[in-house]
Amino acid sequence: MEPLMAFVVGGLFAAAIYMILRRSIIKLVIGLILLSNAANLAIFTAAGMREGAPPLIPAGGVEPMITPSADPLPQALILTAIVIAFGVLAFAVVLIHRAYEIVGVDDLDEMNTTDETKELK
Amino acid sequence: MLLAVLSGFLLALIAPWIYQQAGDKAGWILAVLPACLAVYFATFLPDVIAGELIVEHYAWVPSLDVDLTMTLDGLSLLFALLISVIGTFIVIYGSGYLHGDRNIARFYVFLLAFMASMLGLVLSDNLISLFVFWELTSITSFMLIGYYHENDKYRKCAHQSMMVTVGGGLAMFAGLILLAMIADSYSLMAILEMSPSEIAGHDLYVPMLVLILAGCFTKSAQVPFHFWLPNAMAGPTPVSAFLHSATMVKAGIYLLARLQPGLGGTEIWMTVLPVVGAVTMFTGMYLALRSKGYKQVLAYSTIMALGVLTMLVGIGTEAAMIAFVVFLLAHAMYKATLFMVAGIVDHETGTKDLTVLRGLKSKMPVTFFCAILAALSLGGFAPLFGFLGKELMFEAVLDAQYLSALLVALAMGTAMMGVAVALILGLRPFWGELSDTPKDPHEAPLSMLLGPVVLASLSLLTFLALEWVDAGLIQAAVPAVWGPEFDFYLARWHGINMPLIMSAISIAIGIGIYWKWDAVRGLMNRLEWLYERGPEWVYNKSMYGGLPWVANRQTRIIQNGYLRNYLVTILMTMVILVGYTFFSRYDEPLSLALDVEFYHVLLALVLLGAAVFASVTQSRLGAVASAGVVGFSVALVYILFSAPDLAITQVLVETLTVILLVLVLFRLPEFVSFSSRGARIRDIIVALLVGGLVTVLLLATGQEQFYDEAISAAHIEGSVALAHGRNVVNVILVDYRTLDTLGEIFVLALAAMGVYAMVKFRAKDDEL
Repeated sequence: MEPLMAFVVGGLFAAAIYMILRRSIIKLVIGLILLSNAANLAIFTAAGMREGAPPLIPAGGVEPMITPSADPLPQALILTAIVIAFGVLAFAVVLIHRAYEIVGVDDLDEMNTTDETKELK
Repeated sequence: MLLAVLSGFLLALIAPWIYQQAGDKAGWILAVLPACLAVYFATFLPDVIAGELIVEHYAWVPSLDVDLTMTLDGLSLLFALLISVIGTFIVIYGSGYLHGDRNIARFYVFLLAFMASMLGLVLSDNLISLFVFWELTSITSFMLIGYYHENDKYRKCAHQSMMVTVGGGLAMFAGLILLAMIADSYSLMAILEMSPSEIAGHDLYVPMLVLILAGCFTKSAQVPFHFWLPNAMAGPTPVSAFLHSATMVKAGIYLLARLQPGLGGTEIWMTVLPVVGAVTMFTGMYLALRSKGYKQVLAYSTIMALGVLTMLVGIGTEAAMIAFVVFLLAHAMYKATLFMVAGIVDHETGTKDLTVLRGLKSKMPVTFFCAILAALSLGGFAPLFGFLGKELMFEAVLDAQYLSALLVALAMGTAMMGVAVALILGLRPFWGELSDTPKDPHEAPLSMLLGPVVLASLSLLTFLALEWVDAGLIQAAVPAVWGPEFDFYLARWHGINMPLIMSAISIAIGIGIYWKWDAVRGLMNRLEWLYERGPEWVYNKSMYGGLPWVANRQTRIIQNGYLRNYLVTILMTMVILVGYTFFSRYDEPLSLALDVEFYHVLLALVLLGAAVFASVTQSRLGAVASAGVVGFSVALVYILFSAPDLAITQVLVETLTVILLVLVLFRLPEFVSFSSRGARIRDIIVALLVGGLVTVLLLATGQEQFYDEAISAAHIEGSVALAHGRNVVNVILVDYRTLDTLGEIFVLALAAMGVYAMVKFRAKDDEL
């Protein structure tokens, strides 16, 4: 499965990067979502994928149900990353919304200076 | 001896407190320290004359070969005495000159620190500590020159002196490091013990010399860096007096003389230094003759003296080095005196214009006495010490190995103008009918007269008691710059010889120039256009024109404000560096063995398809929906591959994301395609390159085992036993890595506050 996932992750990265290079600020947000998913999947793939062996220990036992189980450490790291990515995304979306309200356009090229803002319509 | 050097810094620290306690008498109290230092250094005289080298070693950063070793030989001793003796009078003089100034405590602080830095500079044996003290003199003199910091013009002057000397100092730093590489030691003693041919023969000799000379020439105001020195008069007069006579500008001269035995003797040394020195001395005197401010004339005459000293070090013969020591001593005495006289005249009459000042003799007899003695010493008249300096200088120039004729011509020209300048400074303001001045002139207070009187008398006494001076100072200093073997005794009268004839001619013509000064100055001023296009013009153009222009341009290129340009730069750097390293180092074949089920392929196709659709669609809803499809498909991957916690989180977050996007994005405008076709193709190429690189890296990662599984194994093992938890991922989050999770909560809280603030506080929109 990992070789297949490597191509999927590469494709996700390519799509994400194409989107964050766009001038439209909304497309940038879509790019950010794709990028965080791609990054998480990259870690997940690199850690080695194992089907049907979750790192859960049944009641009464001291070992996972199926050994060797999937590696729990990358999962913990990705879990943190998912939540942080959501926090950043929420902040970015609201910030962009505010910026649009003030600047009046969603073109990043119009936002590259602090000196001039478009006339409010 | 280290304490002697550092005492200046220590006293500088408590000087404001002493000023608070003692008020106007603070100057006299603070002057006790330099006076004691002078006595202290004088006690070393017998040992040094006997040829002893006094060394005191203090470790500072031993691991870097940096120490604070203090060495005292004849040259260091001569400088240390000049610094401490003149420093004593300057502190006293300053208390009178700046009487009532509200910032006078600051003056004491920086003056004492300046003096201590200068002492450290001339006593340091280690190149690094020498450089530290060198820069300290630049910094403290910057503070002193910029003493009247409320004035924009004066600030610029201080800034200029700082930029020129510190700029040169940095070049010198590089040169000193090269020197240490050549000699394999940071100790001056060790460097000077090497044979000069070994240093001169080294491949790095020329670059090292050029860099060190850059530092010395800027510090010692050699042409074309001379312009900062007259501007340094922006500081109070006692500062100028100290700066010109015994410190700061003499630092470069000191280092040249110090390195002369080791680095000198080569053709480049013996041509570059004399020519630069001779041109400097001629230019300095020429500019002095055309100026009319008392201090200005003096400042240019200092440039002359610095030129003479550089020239003499460059010639480097026995006669030249003796002339160097004598000239240095003579100059320090008369220049300090004349500057203090300039301060008195300015202070008591309210003007420093030499074309206005006349007939002050009757009002200021003591000042006149000092001025005429010092000025005659400057002009090289007997029976003053300056006479000897000039005679010996002529002798050295006549014997010079290279370019003797040029040097003689420039020296003669300088000497003639020097006589005229001496009379303009010493005689003209005091002789004749008393002229009208802004203030009613009267004699200066004792504190301001003490220094000039003592130093002017010394100019005379040292000539009269020449045998003592010779046996005391000269015999001690010359071996340090020349070598132990020399048999030369100073004499007042050498008989009628070539230097004497040259002296006589220069005096005759000089008096003629003095007589016709106004006419001569008129002639010189016809070249006004030339002075305005000098090195200072170049400096100002590059400093206030060129530098901002370059800064503007490079900022506009590097910080262009376009996100995509930054991203493309970062991404392409990553692709090139990582890709190059990977493909040049990794030679295992990448395995593409696919051991997959049908639903794996389906899931992969959905993921890829949704991602591609999200990036090409023109519909906002379509893009948000397909981003959601990507998110939920990722959750599916987590479920399939044994990560139930991730899947739950992903589903929750993805739901929230889609809701958030739908809520917010639909208040934003429709998708518009801003970029051109070319830009889109460029972005596709960049995106594919990055995606391809990630794929290749992941493929390679899959077949390498970089770590053993001990960490995870330990986590699983301890999960029940230590943490009493059965979900290992949760245990890791809330037990093993609790602080991480706390940090995460903190980040989320901050983001939530930011979102709340942006949604809530929107009242000020109208003002924008």
